[in-house]
Amino acid sequence: MTNEHTKVRIKFSKYGSMIFIGHLDIMRYFQKAMRRADIDIAYTTGFNPHQIMSFAAPLGVGLYSNGEYLDIEMNEPMNSKLMITRLNSVMVEGIDILSVKKLPKTAGNAMASVAAAAYTVAFREGYEPDFDYKEKLSDFASKDRIMVTKKTKKSEKEMDLKPFIYELSIVNDKIHMLVDASSSGNIKPSLVMEAFYKENGEVPSEFAFIITREDTYTNIGTDEKSEFVPLDAVGSEM
Amino acid sequence: MRKLALRDEILLKIDKPARYIGGEVNSVMKEKEQVDIRFAMCFPDVYEIGMSHLGIQILYDMLNQFEGVWCERVYSPWVDLDEIMRKENIPLFALESQEPIKNFDFLGMTLQYEMCYTNILQILDLSGIPFFAKDRGEDDPIVIGGGPCTYNPEPIADFFDLFYIGEGETQYEPMMRLYRKIRDKGGSRKEFLEEAAKLPGIYCPLFYQVTYKEDGTIAEFKPVKEGLPTTILKEIQMDLSDTYYPKKPVVPFIKVTQDRVVLEIQRGCIRGCRFCQAGQLYRPVRERNVDMLKEYASEMLKNTGHEEISLSSLSSSDYSKLPELIDFLIDECNRKKINISLPSLRIDAFSLDVMSKVQDVRKSSLTFAPEAGSQRMRNVINKGLTEEVILKGAKEAFEGGWSRVKLYFMLGLPTETDEDIEEIAVLSDKIARVYYETVPKEQRNGKVQIVTSTSFFIPKPFTPFQWAKMGSKEDFLDKARKVKQAVVSQLNQKSIKYNWHEADVSVLEGVFARGDRKISQVILKAYEKGCIFDAWSEFFKNDVWLSSFLECSLDIDFYTTRERSLDEVFPWDFIDCGVTKEFLKKEWQNAMAETVTLNCKEKCNGCGAARFGGGICFNREK
Ligand code: SF4
Repeated sequence: MTNEHTKVRIKFSKYGSMIFIGHLDIMRYFQKAMRRADIDIAYTTGFNPHQIMSFAAPLGVGLYSNGEYLDIEMNEPMNSKLMITRLNSVMVEGIDILSVKKLPKTAGNAMASVAAAAYTVAFREGYEPDFDYKEKLSDFASKDRIMVTKKTKKSEKEMDLKPFIYELSIVNDKIHMLVDASSSGNIKPSLVMEAFYKENGEVPSEFAFIITREDTYTNIGTDEKSEFVPLDAVGSEM
Repeated sequence: MRKLALRDEILLKIDKPARYIGGEVNSVMKEKEQVDIRFAMCFPDVYEIGMSHLGIQILYDMLNQFEGVWCERVYSPWVDLDEIMRKENIPLFALESQEPIKNFDFLGMTLQYEMCYTNILQILDLSGIPFFAKDRGEDDPIVIGGGPCTYNPEPIADFFDLFYIGEGETQYEPMMRLYRKIRDKGGSRKEFLEEAAKLPGIYCPLFYQVTYKEDGTIAEFKPVKEGLPTTILKEIQMDLSDTYYPKKPVVPFIKVTQDRVVLEIQRGCIRGCRFCQAGQLYRPVRERNVDMLKEYASEMLKNTGHEEISLSSLSSSDYSKLPELIDFLIDECNRKKINISLPSLRIDAFSLDVMSKVQDVRKSSLTFAPEAGSQRMRNVINKGLTEEVILKGAKEAFEGGWSRVKLYFMLGLPTETDEDIEEIAVLSDKIARVYYETVPKEQRNGKVQIVTSTSFFIPKPFTPFQWAKMGSKEDFLDKARKVKQAVVSQLNQKSIKYNWHEADVSVLEGVFARGDRKISQVILKAYEKGCIFDAWSEFFKNDVWLSSFLECSLDIDFYTTRERSLDEVFPWDFIDCGVTKEFLKKEWQNAMAETVTLNCKEKCNGCGAARFGGGICFNREK
């Protein structure tokens, strides 16, 4: 980052038919949106300049979100409210700009800042589990170890999910969870759900869950004693 | 919020769900209660191809400007979704409203290449619309075709209620008014078709009858209704500066073939290459005003956010204000960090200079389309590109830092000899030699890379070669082998890569290009046996096509390799594209005599297109 650039963090939501647009296309979408909104975004130098833009945590296709983040660098700062209005005026239905914050010069990049993410899991109609998930969840959440097999392209390995699950409870009849989303331990909510089903002798259909990422968090505490705040809490209004 | 036609489960299962959800930037939503005509505009191929087509964007924008009309888009569902829709009986829907096509007033299809013909049937089938126009009822949309293939609509005539011959800017508004008038007084589908068939440029196949001679050629083609024209003159938009052009083209979420702003700078081509259909169909050349283009370029970039702009025309180098336009674009785009792509530029000092400003010369390649290897052959096809010009262009390009060259040729041209074929390899080699002579060893970045590609010549209607015999599959492959052999015997064979085009599909394209009404049964048969997406080599089933011809007792050679006499009545003769049959005959004879014809800028050759009263015919620079 050059010194004169202003680092800006943008928070947005993803819903409706936009859940079917994958991460790479969302990146392209925002590049074009910056031009439509005439945002004074900074470019890299060189023969093929591109916008300085990075996303916090890619969201899988099919997931909703109320807390997605991307960072950009701007040549000149701009009033946050004005920028939100400008960006929203060029958005499609299914993506809303929620906040625009200036980051301190010392702030780490969006992706490295991610420590955790909160999710809400509901069930698609007709796909509710046979067991009483509201009752069974607290048993599951209080287990010492939650063993799962994590499949990668090359291998399968056994792992304990428990240390990566920070919260797991029922909120408004839906399952709420706060899990590790850092680059080292990124936990997919569906993995937790599969373990929960397995515990109760069921296998979920791959379309069973309506998953919403409620927010993405960074850790402003220490490794031992973490203190999670939303990614934009480290920024300030412009 | 819009309700999608497909369930989440389906959208999450198929490839690229973004093809089917609509809702893109600049897509047009209207209140259903505010409109009384629903128009579904279709490109019968997959979304990424269809969305890249400029013509559709123009018509979409235009129709949506009409009071009371809502134009939406629909494309061919890809094979994965196609299968699900059939299994679950999900009707084909339009992207914007997500409502079934069957409920629309119009289904328009643009026909850009012959190999999309089975996809027309896919669209009708999935929509629940009868294949044959004669079987459709009051509840079915009016199915109307447009685009270059409609200059010989006969192979697909049975599937369409109407064809729009020519440029779409002119007759859609009167047609919409006519439709509204007839419907509002309770008139029938038939009444509308009868009246629509009287509009300029509109052809209603149901009202025309063909009779054949014993040898299978056409005896007579005539209207069976009183008051209908015997020939249909193409529609043309003479003033291209004051007309419809989309300031806010739709921006797809996924990467499509044309992921950029497209600026059409002119229509038509002055050059008159004898194999080229577009060069005849879109006569005369009409330019758009350079100020208009500048204004639209800026607005379109602003409204789409695209990072690239491309100029479109058959031959951009012939646009009279090109330097002024390019200066403007370079300035504008540098400031906004936008790429410029300049296809179809003739390689000369000017274009090399421009290209070196807008692209990375080390990464980009240079394109020449000599179309034929020998000068003799180039005279036959009237391609006014000499070896001297090519080699000079190559030399300048190599000096400018380019080291990749793409060369395009055709095989199977009329009068072609083995010598002409060999010359393809020889010319490729000469270009390689120029490189090694021009660029000193220490400045070379490895070998020069020359990619020589050949396609097979397919005679098209309304070209001087419409009388020509087309080669058979065996001829074609034999010729490709000869090129291959000739390439490997060149000095610089290691610098030349040779590709040739599929022969099977070219033969079929040749049948459709000059086919008659009898062909429709073959298309239906092949479709019923599973042919779809024939333009995609992975889905093209040549054996199924061959058996379909057999079962319909139709002979492929009749349409391709047969010699045609100068007085044969062609299936497309009832269409008048502006260029007269007399002119085409004269050009055919000039071809046989290896005589070159000057281009429209140098001299008017009286092709007939001057009757439209404008364009190059009246603005020739003195
Ligand atoms: S009438 Fe003459 S100038 Fe006009 S298009 Fe034909 S040949 Fe060209």
